[in-house]
Amino acid sequence: MSNSLYGPLDPAPDAGWRDEQPRKGFFTDTSICIGCKACEVACKEWNAVPEDGLLMLGSSYDNSGSLGASTWRHVKFIEQGGGSSATDVLNRTADSALVGDRTALGTDMDALELRAPVDLGMPTAQLPGAGGDGARAEFRWLMESDVCKHCTHAACLDVCPTGSLFRTEFGTVVVQDDICNGCGYCVPACPFGVIDRRIGEKGVTKNEGIAQKCTLCYDRIGDGLEPACSKACPTKSIQYGDVDQLRLAAQERVDVLHAQGVHDARLYGESTHDGIGGLGAFFLLLDEPEVYGLPPDPVVTTRDLPVMWRKAALAAATMLAGAVAAFVGAGS
Amino acid sequence: MAECHPVGFQWVMEAKKRGAKVIHIDPRFTRTSALADQHVPIRVGSDIAFLGGVVRYILENEKDFREYVVAYTNAATILREDFVDTEDLDGLFSGYDPETASYDGQSWQYAGHDQDASPNTEDEQDAGSHGSGHELGGRGATLEHSVVQRDETLQHPRCVYQVLKRHYARYTPEVVEQVCGIPKEQFLEVCEAVTANSGRERTTCWVYSVGWTHHSTGVQYIRGSAIIQLLLGNMGRPGGGILALRGHASIQGSTDIPTLFNLLPGYLPMPMAGEHDSFADYVGTISRPGMKGFWTGAEAYTVSLLKAWYGDAAQPENDFCFDLLPKLTGDHGTYRTVLDQIDGTVEGYFLVGQNPAVGSAQAKLQRRGLANLKWLVVRDVNLIESATFWKDAPEIATGELVTEDIATEVFFLPAATHVEKAGSFTQTQRMVQWRHKAVEPPDDARSDLEFFYQLGKRLRERLAGSTDPKDRMLLDLTWDYRVDEHGEPDPVSVLEEINGRFLTGERAGDQLPGFTSMKADGSTSGGCWIYTGINKDGVNQAARRKPGGEQDWVANEWGWAWPMDRRTLYNRASADPEGKPWSERKAYVWWDQTMNDGAGQWTGHDVPDFELTKPPSYRPPEGAGGPEGLAGDDPFIMQADGKGWLYAPSGLLDGPMPAHYEPHESPVRNPLYHQQANPTRQVIRREDNLSNPSAGDDGAHVFPYVFTTYRLTEHHTAGGMSRWVPYLAELQPEMFCEVSPELAQERGLVNLGFATIVTSRTAIEARVLVTDRVTPLTVDGRVVHQIGLPYHWGVGNEAHVSGDSANDLLGLALDPNVHIQESKVGSCDIQPGRRPTGPALLRYVEEYRARAGVTVHTGNTQLTAPDDGPGEGT
Repeated sequence: MSNSLYGPLDPAPDAGWRDEQPRKGFFTDTSICIGCKACEVACKEWNAVPEDGLLMLGSSYDNSGSLGASTWRHVKFIEQGGGSSATDVLNRTADSALVGDRTALGTDMDALELRAPVDLGMPTAQLPGAGGDGARAEFRWLMESDVCKHCTHAACLDVCPTGSLFRTEFGTVVVQDDICNGCGYCVPACPFGVIDRRIGEKGVTKNEGIAQKCTLCYDRIGDGLEPACSKACPTKSIQYGDVDQLRLAAQERVDVLHAQGVHDARLYGESTHDGIGGLGAFFLLLDEPEVYGLPPDPVVTTRDLPVMWRKAALAAATMLAGAVAAFVGAGS
Repeated sequence: MAECHPVGFQWVMEAKKRGAKVIHIDPRFTRTSALADQHVPIRVGSDIAFLGGVVRYILENEKDFREYVVAYTNAATILREDFVDTEDLDGLFSGYDPETASYDGQSWQYAGHDQDASPNTEDEQDAGSHGSGHELGGRGATLEHSVVQRDETLQHPRCVYQVLKRHYARYTPEVVEQVCGIPKEQFLEVCEAVTANSGRERTTCWVYSVGWTHHSTGVQYIRGSAIIQLLLGNMGRPGGGILALRGHASIQGSTDIPTLFNLLPGYLPMPMAGEHDSFADYVGTISRPGMKGFWTGAEAYTVSLLKAWYGDAAQPENDFCFDLLPKLTGDHGTYRTVLDQIDGTVEGYFLVGQNPAVGSAQAKLQRRGLANLKWLVVRDVNLIESATFWKDAPEIATGELVTEDIATEVFFLPAATHVEKAGSFTQTQRMVQWRHKAVEPPDDARSDLEFFYQLGKRLRERLAGSTDPKDRMLLDLTWDYRVDEHGEPDPVSVLEEINGRFLTGERAGDQLPGFTSMKADGSTSGGCWIYTGINKDGVNQAARRKPGGEQDWVANEWGWAWPMDRRTLYNRASADPEGKPWSERKAYVWWDQTMNDGAGQWTGHDVPDFELTKPPSYRPPEGAGGPEGLAGDDPFIMQADGKGWLYAPSGLLDGPMPAHYEPHESPVRNPLYHQQANPTRQVIRREDNLSNPSAGDDGAHVFPYVFTTYRLTEHHTAGGMSRWVPYLAELQPEMFCEVSPELAQERGLVNLGFATIVTSRTAIEARVLVTDRVTPLTVDGRVVHQIGLPYHWGVGNEAHVSGDSANDLLGLALDPNVHIQESKVGSCDIQPGRRPTGPALLRYVEEYRARAGVTVHTGNTQLTAPDDGPGEGT
């Protein structure tokens, strides 16, 4: 047991499991994700995660927003390119727009007088892929089902003071809601913004104030079942299995895509040499990680803790030595 | 498909993985487009121009699969001399009657050998009724002549091949661009991909859903793709075909064993009063002496059905109780019924898993109909808007309806969901798959089967002892289904009735092995002839679940497909006329001379859809009818001539070939013909069903935009199964409209702000989603903006989420063949901000109508007025 906070290792034995299982995880292949959100729903059904708000977000077909205490799988929708220049302007105005005001009450008919279509000198609209001025030529709609990464080095777990977060025999990271005291240390520790405390009404909302996230369906995989999300995924975009096997499959898939000319296809988080020591749930992306809102070079936030502590200890020792020296000096 | 059939779409992804190219033709960029190799945005309502363009490309470049076309289609058949095409009548076929806005299809028929002989009166009658869609059932349309003239060189100017070529000569890539807004280069890419992937070695399939059917000329859309598939040899072969994606699980099943007013089980037509007053009349119109194909067995199928329903009461001497069947007196389709509710001639209504107050076109009419009933039974899993309209319909807010004045007595009966009851689903491949009950339904929820079983039982108890002859209709029914320990009927006992039994002889009581065992003498029963064999040997074949990985690629041991477990229809066409596979790669069904003791028989990977021992060389003796009348190389065995129909000489009311018409409401003038819209579309001229003016009419500029309605993955139809489920409701919580950045700019719409969408019917509000996935198209030299509207939301107080319904915007204009509504396209205006509420909403819409000069006649004259200027309907 190395107790290392950095670098490649097998997390379950490292955490002291002796009868550990092969490390389990997800490989999410975004190239075949159809954005159906069956994973989000199946996750909530199985884990009894409550509804997470009925707000429309105006952000493509994504109304879940982000991963959080009540959204453990989150399908992102990225409308890319297209680039009729009107989009950006409109989206900016949207941010400041009044939303939800009933402005048309007692409608003033004069104000509603039809305006004849006016040529605003906008670029003539062309079909996606039609060429022309190229403005709409490269339209893509990317979809990615995001989830807790079950990091090899999980900062959330490192900082948890109660032991609520623990490493399972499958190498995954799970919160025990009956132990968590809601201190929230884990929330800023996560480099991906996955874990969060559940907001809700005290006494009404289940686990209100408690940190929550994907458990990789700990209660299912222990019984030999696959997690609810991958089970529900119709296109096998979400694959569950032994992390070693999944890494091979992922490499194979990315090679196929490269051979087919999809040169931007890449794996994210499969390398054990990254700042996390590899992710238990990793991805095949079709563009830069930033496009998907993922950090390009994530580092476990506790990586530098030993160094920091060493430095702090050194500083403390120096101060102590200085203080002692001062007293000794004063006394002499 | 990814959007509405995500589970089925896994197989498209599998195909893509194996190298298939996926092309998505759709007005908007959907989740399907995101995964397709190519997305082709098309103007809604212009698909026939597109399909016609593909037909022209095939014919002009001689890309057709000539051997297949000559042998298996009616390309060589010669038409009558008096047939005149739309190309010569500026958008009309010969035989149009402006008075009735309908065709006499006599001139569309094949030329016979006896062409000079004037047809006798009886023939004329037949010709007159041959095409009336709602009494045709599913049978192949009959032909006037059982012997036809053919020119297999395809050179005769009146042969179908040449007629088709002339008909589509003007559907050039330039015209496709002009009509559909698809750049010529992109269109040609599709043509090249489709033709290069068809022929001996390869096949292409077309998949469509209600984006094709929900049009005033929807049947012709499907015909368009049928022509392409026949020309390219893609029918009856593996990897080919035309697949209809249905709107719900088992919609296919509900037409096979129908919930449609005009069909009996197995596509037998519903009898018509006045025409089918006797059993002989009825059977005579389905199968005529000398007619070829398997519909000639109609008498055996009908008698077996009557024996299944009326048991011992059905005897030869009483025409097997044929007189007890209800007879149609006209159109009783869903929209006619709604109008009759409003007019007070329909008093009661059952809604079973349907939410018309939200989900049906012209939802305002639907709600007014519901409000004018004496009683209404709603069976659903949630308290849907169709059950609560009397207190929370939008018309209550506007004052059009007043709760205290609504006399409808509403009975709400909670229904079991699909996992709380056993039964079957039939999918688009005609494959029936059995479901077992997973959990007991909660509380008072009951299955539909139990409900109808109990209803029948109680009605019969009430009528017991009645001497009124009309009560025999219920009292003589066999109503003896097996029940389980809870008193619930066993769905397998219904399956047994559907499959049918031998009633006499040594096998009496046994299940029938197939429909060819059915007899017209009353010695067999069977509830739906095409399903016969589903419970062969007393084994529920639909419940077979051998995984695909454990059997061959056709997977015949998974579920059961009608008829006779054939997975691909007309699969005789997968072999050449001599019975050899067209290619090794596409081998599917073939003739093996070594089998059957050297006499030969059909064999292959699938169950042959052909008489097993009829050799390819078989030629029918003169005058032979029925199956014997079809040659050994006539694969389309349900057609009266055994051929695939490139040209439909009968069976359709709006033309033998698809021609492009603009939708009922369109801001675009038809670029191809003077005739603007389908001249035979069914219009409903009423004050409560007004239409917007179209291009060419005064006031068309008031409704300058095109809208289309559709579904999202996150919801199911009118929301009865999704808006009440928090996990689904939160994924798409609010009604929205999708607009292009260009339109947003033009109208001042702001992302996530509100917009009001207006038609002559009403105005609704929706959140705005500005997206590049919606593309303005250049059509006929001008920019056409399209607005996307999902239709899942409705106004009410019971659902987790609610909102205005897109179906309120639609008017009613119907396809003449099948009475389906044109709900995929309409014209509208869009303005930023929320709609007025209360009575102000009515004034707001009225102001629009006044400005556009809308009257009951607007848009409702089918024949476009001769002069090009404003005039139609004003």
